[in-house]
Amino acid sequence: MADNAAVAGNGNYVDFYNYKGKYSGIAGWLLSVDHKRIGLMYLYSMVTFFLIGMTLGFFMRLELWSTGQDIMGPQTYNALFTLHGIIMIFLVIIPGIPAGFGNFFLPIQIGAEDVSFPKLNLTSWYLYTIGGLMAVVSLFVGGGPIDTGWTFYAPYSIRTGTEVILPLLAAFILGFSSILTGLNFVTTVHRLRAPGMSFFKMPLFVWSLYSTAWIQIIGTPVIGITIILVMLERAFGIGVFDPALGGDPILFQHLFWIYSHPAVYIMILPAMGVVSEIIPTFCRKTIFGYGAIAMSSLAIAFVGTLVWGHHMFTSGMSDEARWIYSFLTFIVALPSGVKIFNWVATMHKASIKPETPFLFVMAFIFLFSIGGLTGLVLGSLATDVHLHDTYFVVAHFHYVMFGGTIFIFFAGLHYWFPKMFGRMYNSKIANTALALMVVGFNMLYFTFFILGYLGMPRRYYDYLPEFQDLHRFATVGSWVMILGIIIMIVNLIVALRKGDKAPANPWGGMTLEWTVPSPPPLTNFTKIPTVKYGPYEYEHYEEVVNNEH
Amino acid sequence: MFNSASNYADSVDLVMLIIVGISIVLLLGITIAMIYFVFRYNRKKHPVAEQIHGNVLLEIIWIVVPTIIVIVMFWYGFEGYQKLRADVDNAYEVKVFAFMWGWNFEYPNGKTSDTLYLPLSKKTKLILTSRDVNHSFYVPAFRLKEDVIGGKNHFMILTPKTTGVYDIACAEYCGLNHSKMYTKLHIVEDHQFDQWVSKVDATQTKPVEEKK
Ligand code: HEM
Ligand SMILES: [Cu+2]
Repeated sequence: MADNAAVAGNGNYVDFYNYKGKYSGIAGWLLSVDHKRIGLMYLYSMVTFFLIGMTLGFFMRLELWSTGQDIMGPQTYNALFTLHGIIMIFLVIIPGIPAGFGNFFLPIQIGAEDVSFPKLNLTSWYLYTIGGLMAVVSLFVGGGPIDTGWTFYAPYSIRTGTEVILPLLAAFILGFSSILTGLNFVTTVHRLRAPGMSFFKMPLFVWSLYSTAWIQIIGTPVIGITIILVMLERAFGIGVFDPALGGDPILFQHLFWIYSHPAVYIMILPAMGVVSEIIPTFCRKTIFGYGAIAMSSLAIAFVGTLVWGHHMFTSGMSDEARWIYSFLTFIVALPSGVKIFNWVATMHKASIKPETPFLFVMAFIFLFSIGGLTGLVLGSLATDVHLHDTYFVVAHFHYVMFGGTIFIFFAGLHYWFPKMFGRMYNSKIANTALALMVVGFNMLYFTFFILGYLGMPRRYYDYLPEFQDLHRFATVGSWVMILGIIIMIVNLIVALRKGDKAPANPWGGMTLEWTVPSPPPLTNFTKIPTVKYGPYEYEHYEEVVNNEH
Repeated sequence: MFNSASNYADSVDLVMLIIVGISIVLLLGITIAMIYFVFRYNRKKHPVAEQIHGNVLLEIIWIVVPTIIVIVMFWYGFEGYQKLRADVDNAYEVKVFAFMWGWNFEYPNGKTSDTLYLPLSKKTKLILTSRDVNHSFYVPAFRLKEDVIGGKNHFMILTPKTTGVYDIACAEYCGLNHSKMYTKLHIVEDHQFDQWVSKVDATQTKPVEEKK
């Protein structure tokens, strides 16, 4: 490791941007099997898709400014929430942190030069891109933009006149991208850890990616099969789901949620991993309960596969099934709670420097706790039956997915930005943007909780007059939040070009990525490090980080 | 503020209050602790952290206590709902048909209507079926909803406590006019209901699609 630190110190090296490979220019990216370039390509695609999805959300909120028609008809509105959901789920949040930051940092954090199968990794990115493009093309062919909601429940998805097969095929292909990434990560973690890096010396981000990868591999095929069945039924009327053809709509819901509920853990676990990286770094303190956090990831991944029925409390399941799923749902809440307690406990007697990534994490803990606690309201039978498919649910999942995963995606962006791009950003502007986002977020989505309890159903183009004031307040909130997001993105773009040069270890982190220069060289390490201590053992900080002395 | 039309609805509000109450305590605890630590252990004031790797007792406490809390929450949510669903004997039965995009109600004597009328003092069992895609029969004032699906006969039990007019909405996305599937539920005095339901006119005995 001494060599790496020395290189980091004098800047005498070729970083992965300037490395001359077989190809140069744009082909140097599109044909590169370097995990860092692939990670960045994912990041750029995902930020772009996020901004598109956000714009759709902005227009939906405008339409709901007053009752009746404002700027679009019902068909357009229905297509907008469907696209918004599909983009945010399949193109942003499921690939999200693993494909972007995971690709970039998983190999570095375990002291490897790349993932196990670099070419397969590039293939995954191509599948992702093809899937994304197909989703875009589907808007302009056949019956026009899909209007089934992102859940494409049968039999509506069998009967609607809009284009369903192509976007489903897109989701199918995206699923393969996800499976292959999972496969690559599991193998990488098993095979490529540096000498001394036992499983229990792995950073918690790696643990979370490892748990996630297993869900990706095991769960995703189920949605693949479901999608194929829907496509066959649309094309040939095979009669699996549509009652008019002798099929069963509830079967569809089971198949859909057997994947899509574990999928929410694909969305949140990696974010929890990032949190477990950021907190120790800015606290200069070892994480509280490393083992509990690592094991709770596995517990979530496991119990999480058994609770899909809580999406179906009103679907006419037997009353026994209803209470069993309700019970298991409460149980799966526990490991998430354990993580939150451990994170807060880590701050006790720490030495905290609340820089931008840490502030994002604080916002996350607040928003995600609200999301998790309102999840208990939805796990409880009596209250869920009232709130299912209302704005309460829309609020709940935006708190966990957006306030949870996306806020941590942004936290990761600010945490690893210096490492990935070798530049610093203006943290005052970043903090202001965060403040706007948090205020706007709560104006927008907290209002949804109230609307939901008052009985406002979701996926509604129009609403009863008594809901108008609350809807207006929410829409104003969306403007504040979006303003914050735009400021944040512009600030980072400016930093890409004009930011100060970043040192190798701007925050004082202890995991391996901070021992290599910013940005890292092509093979990450000049010499594969030997790991002696756990990832957050700050009692050895001097020895690990400053060992050129 | 939250309009309630049955004793069951009141009990749901109570469950809500219990869960939200506990949640607020937890949320405040977490948030206040976090903010306090950030000020108290700021690097300026507290330059060197104490390396604490964990505390078994503490970790046992915060797994056991929340487990008890969630089991309590589960129980409250389960108990009332289960009672409501189990108690179906000698209920007055009305058939509910959903279609894109409206509702049709059929009473035991063959009368049909597109708004639902029910007598105040009876317990009613609604039998729900869809004529096309999935819908969901949602009466916010009763805190109840149940999906309405083709080829299935799901049911819902309504036991009103006061007369009044309440909204019925569709809560499962069903296409273009999903948000326009509102109709009304009228809870009326029994004699008014008997009067109303006994007036069967010829056009009304047929299902809605065949009208006109
Ligand atoms: C950036 C600003 C955002 C705004 C303004 C926004 C707004 C909305 C609105 C208005 C709806 C439709 C509610 C309805 O009619 O039922 C919606 C639905 C949804 N949103 Fe967002 N949202 C945003 C970000 C996100 C993010 C970051 C995610 C996930 C990562 C997300 C995931 C979803 C999903 C899955 C749906 C459900 C779509 C469906 O019903 O099929 N949204 N959002
Ligand atoms: Cu409907």
